[in-house]
Amino acid sequence: MRLAELAHLRAGDKGDVSQISVIAYDPADYPLLCREVTVERVCAHLAQLSPRRATRYEVPGLGALNFVLEGALSGGVSRALSLDGHGKTLSAQLLDLEVDPTGRGQFS
Amino acid sequence: MSARSTTVRIGVGAGFAGDRIEPAIELIEHGNLDYLVFECLAERTIAFAQQARRSDPGNGYDPMLIERMRRVLPGALSRGVRIVTNAGAANPLAGARAVAALASELGMAELRVAAVLGDDVRALIDAKPYPLFDRPGSTADLSGVISANAYLGAEPIVEALAQGADVVITGRVGDPSLFVGPLAHAFGWSFDDPALIGKATMIGHLLECAGQLTGGYFADGDRKQVEGLARLGFPLAEVGRDGSAIVTKVTGSGGQLSIASCKEQLLYEILDPAAYYQADVVADFTGVALEMLGTDSIRVTGGSGRARTGMLKVSIGYDDGFIGEGQISYAGPGAVARGRMAIAIVEERLRLTGAAVKEVRGELIGIDSVDRSAAAAMEPREVRVRIAGRAESARAAAAIGAEVEALYTNGPAAGGGVTRGVRPVVAVASALIPAALVTPWIEMVEVSP
Repeated sequence: MRLAELAHLRAGDKGDVSQISVIAYDPADYPLLCREVTVERVCAHLAQLSPRRATRYEVPGLGALNFVLEGALSGGVSRALSLDGHGKTLSAQLLDLEVDPTGRGQFS
Repeated sequence: MSARSTTVRIGVGAGFAGDRIEPAIELIEHGNLDYLVFECLAERTIAFAQQARRSDPGNGYDPMLIERMRRVLPGALSRGVRIVTNAGAANPLAGARAVAALASELGMAELRVAAVLGDDVRALIDAKPYPLFDRPGSTADLSGVISANAYLGAEPIVEALAQGADVVITGRVGDPSLFVGPLAHAFGWSFDDPALIGKATMIGHLLECAGQLTGGYFADGDRKQVEGLARLGFPLAEVGRDGSAIVTKVTGSGGQLSIASCKEQLLYEILDPAAYYQADVVADFTGVALEMLGTDSIRVTGGSGRARTGMLKVSIGYDDGFIGEGQISYAGPGAVARGRMAIAIVEERLRLTGAAVKEVRGELIGIDSVDRSAAAAMEPREVRVRIAGRAESARAAAAIGAEVEALYTNGPAAGGGVTRGVRPVVAVASALIPAALVTPWIEMVEVSP
């Protein structure tokens, strides 16, 4: 299934860092998100982003993961040549990440 | 202002400089507020404002400040709602004087206006290099520096309110601190209590982007339905002395407060949720709990924090050359192929003519201009070519738009709707400086009768 069925997302920016939260609609799905929505899979899905460093913070109390992608915004909104210098569209681009609810890893 | 002391009601009237004005008026009239905050200062806004101040020493504050105050001051004064805003930008004192002149014009001789000063640390940055923390190098490596402003904490706002200010105009202050100030003033909170200041910071962080808490930047299909975004209501928090809060909005306003929208905003622009570095505190949002009390009413508890680091973030605006850009559209069968061809032609022309441009990027809007995913795009019926690149001069940057325009008669078939432009780039770098080097102060500005 697609990530959109399990989670809602929001993207923010801090300088050249893109931040994307992935939040389970149902907190019971949080372990599934932890297992399926890894740094590797997020970076593979956003293949043309090539961040310098990618970190995932886990926030079980909110049923949320927070991805911090450093160097992902071609210098940040103030100097980026790209149309979406904030990277605000990135959260929606992750909505069709495939998630395997069975945990058998057929998509990874 | 009312004498109630068990709770304080604080709202947000703007989440960025260009935000809508009506939601603030709605909050003043129907929010039963004690405080209304306007957050109007994006990262590089202050650099642009500093340029305005250079050409006119009486300028350099947010261009919309006076229009906003004209609309909200009468209602705010009659209801005892005190206002805090960072719309002073690069010149809070001039902003405060302009608001005082407006108050005089409106016959509000009793209004007390304060400016918070001291965030301009240009002299410190010029005197000594500080390491940049968002990239390698130091502040000395930045040429063409326009502005350097430290993110002040909430204490000068507390001081301004203690001196009786009805309107507090600041320059660069941490966004949550605009809310922490009024709360700490109203409850007499100590900044030596990081757990409490952490809660206040969490409340400020939830509110600071205004409509993004109440359903803006949220709506998407059936799963994330939001009604009434054209009349989106901005949020307010009813805060208790213990730092717990109920976030809500004016009944009947558009939008929707949900647990989901609160969680999205709680993590918005946060890196490590356990360590949100602010001048007042290192806030920790990992223990936050949200409880739906009723329609558009959510109880927020569990924010925390640790002692502040003693360092302040400084945002440095600097000239970074120019960006030149040109766009042209193609439609019908083969639109994508003709768009790709157009990009190749312009890139070759820029090489052949020796144009002094760099980092040229060509993209097709509708295919690959913002999409960074590995997914293959479907062939659309139309595309818009966009070509952008950097140059050191405006003249050199103009070559890109000129070459795109020349595609009309020299490029692929059926290209139309050229737009072209050149814009100066004001970029931002960040450094940390010891807070001990920065001494904020307050100036009260008299309203002439």
